[in-house]
Amino acid sequence: MSSKIKEYRGTEIGLDEVKAGKYLFTNYDTVLRYSWTSGVAISRFLSGLKEGQLWARKCNNCGRTLIPPRMYCEECYRPTDEWVRVKDTGTVNTFSISYVNNDASRRKKPILVSVIDIDGASPGMGILHLLGGVEPKKVRVGMKVKAVWKKKSEREGAITDIDHFEPA
Amino acid sequence: MRRVAVIGAGMTKFRRRMLETGRELSFEASRMAMDSAGMEMKDVESVVMGTAPDAFDGVHMKGEYLMDGAGGTNLPYSRVYVGGGTGVFVPVAGWWHVASGMFDTCLVVGEEKMSPLRPHPQYAFWSIFDHTIERPLGVTLLWIFSLEMRRYMAVHKVKEEDIALVSVKNKGNAMDHPCAQIPGRITVDDVMKSEPICLPVKRLDVSPTSDGAAAVMLASEDVARKYTDDPVWIDGVGWNVDTQYWTNRDLYYPRYVEEAARMAYRMAKVDNPRKQIDFAEVYDPFDYKELHHLEGVLLADKGGAPKLTRDGVTQRDGDLPVNPSGGLLGVGNPIAAAGTMKVCELFWQLRGEAGKRQVKKEVNRGLAQAWGDLLQVGTVITMKR
Ligand SMILES: [Zn+2]
Repeated sequence: MSSKIKEYRGTEIGLDEVKAGKYLFTNYDTVLRYSWTSGVAISRFLSGLKEGQLWARKCNNCGRTLIPPRMYCEECYRPTDEWVRVKDTGTVNTFSISYVNNDASRRKKPILVSVIDIDGASPGMGILHLLGGVEPKKVRVGMKVKAVWKKKSEREGAITDIDHFEPA
Repeated sequence: MRRVAVIGAGMTKFRRRMLETGRELSFEASRMAMDSAGMEMKDVESVVMGTAPDAFDGVHMKGEYLMDGAGGTNLPYSRVYVGGGTGVFVPVAGWWHVASGMFDTCLVVGEEKMSPLRPHPQYAFWSIFDHTIERPLGVTLLWIFSLEMRRYMAVHKVKEEDIALVSVKNKGNAMDHPCAQIPGRITVDDVMKSEPICLPVKRLDVSPTSDGAAAVMLASEDVARKYTDDPVWIDGVGWNVDTQYWTNRDLYYPRYVEEAARMAYRMAKVDNPRKQIDFAEVYDPFDYKELHHLEGVLLADKGGAPKLTRDGVTQRDGDLPVNPSGGLLGVGNPIAAAGTMKVCELFWQLRGEAGKRQVKKEVNRGLAQAWGDLLQVGTVITMKR
């Protein structure tokens, strides 16, 4: 009974109090190591990246060409049917100018991140990647872009075999 | 199914860092909800707990870790979890405990303690992304919000200034909330000039990370009437989860929120939400999310929420007050607790007990909604006087 409640409990600790050692903390650093398998679909996708190609899976029931590829169609809930090579060009669906790292620390120079709808896949089939070779202020939703591949000798079968996408 | 009433609510303060452990926070909120209902532990037949990623606390089996604080000892107790949608999903799960006839009462608790993780709770979200094709790019949760905000702005030609109005309103509303972490009188200009994080997201577009807990007490009709002459009824519940392939969805519109709302509306026999929902507590971890969600729950046309905001419709004294509590932007965002706080607010508003936060119009039905995971889950509850 909000208006009838006299006191809400909870004791705030300020950052200054943490630094001054006013309260006791128990610290622990955990290290957990993992080896993730890439799975059936993504393994094939990664081998394509090593060759400088983008591959998608097609569902012949709904007709969608899916990227990232999967061995089943989540809408029809049946196995997908075939591998289809799609282009390494696309359209900026949306983008962001990131000033932070994944631990919330600040970046000196912002990076451009984007969902890129891939040409040759069904409409709206995008992947997450980085944009480069363009001033942040010049990026627009709807802009045509193409993949900038790493040198063949540097590719390892990873999403980072595409260094970034740049204006086409 | 049986009618289910809310007969008590409680919460702690929300703060960036609190001395109390998650268990202690859970206890304070739960005890307050039971006291406000006039109940003791012997009257509690079941307990549902909601709390978000274990990684914040560094405690695996977090549901079990928290259970004694949440009053779950030696009772039918469970933890439910749908990411950021958890806070509203907890009372939904509590509802089915009682509606099914399995239990006459259910204590519903939402808790989050985000502060233990160093250097910042943000880091825990790293592991929600695909380990092979997304994490190597350095992805962070803030990216997906800013990508979604940009898409929403691009499709509907929404200006950042219009979105900032939400932050101004909610932080202002939170001035009247005794638990609020970052209330304030700010201007659109303050938001626009605040530090860039992931543009278009700026510092004042975002809710803080928080510690806190909130709880509500549910009862069947017969039991509710023994404790109060003024029960508030849960008359609709809904939830929906969209595909994990978030880069294959058009982020301009949360269709899963619409599905969740339609499910709740069918149950509540709401066929014209704009006439039949008097006020709403929609999920606002970012200012644009309030607009996105108002459209998703069908309280605004697609692309129409910015105008409602500009016209003052969503103010506390407007035709459709939205987030009169102050929302996550003002009260704080201890994830699961934040959603449950919204359900507490419905209870207090519908009983006319919200004090300085009481909305001006007479209210008979309110909606609370939460959202989360990889931009993919919607949870909705409607409550009626
Ligand atoms: Zn299909």
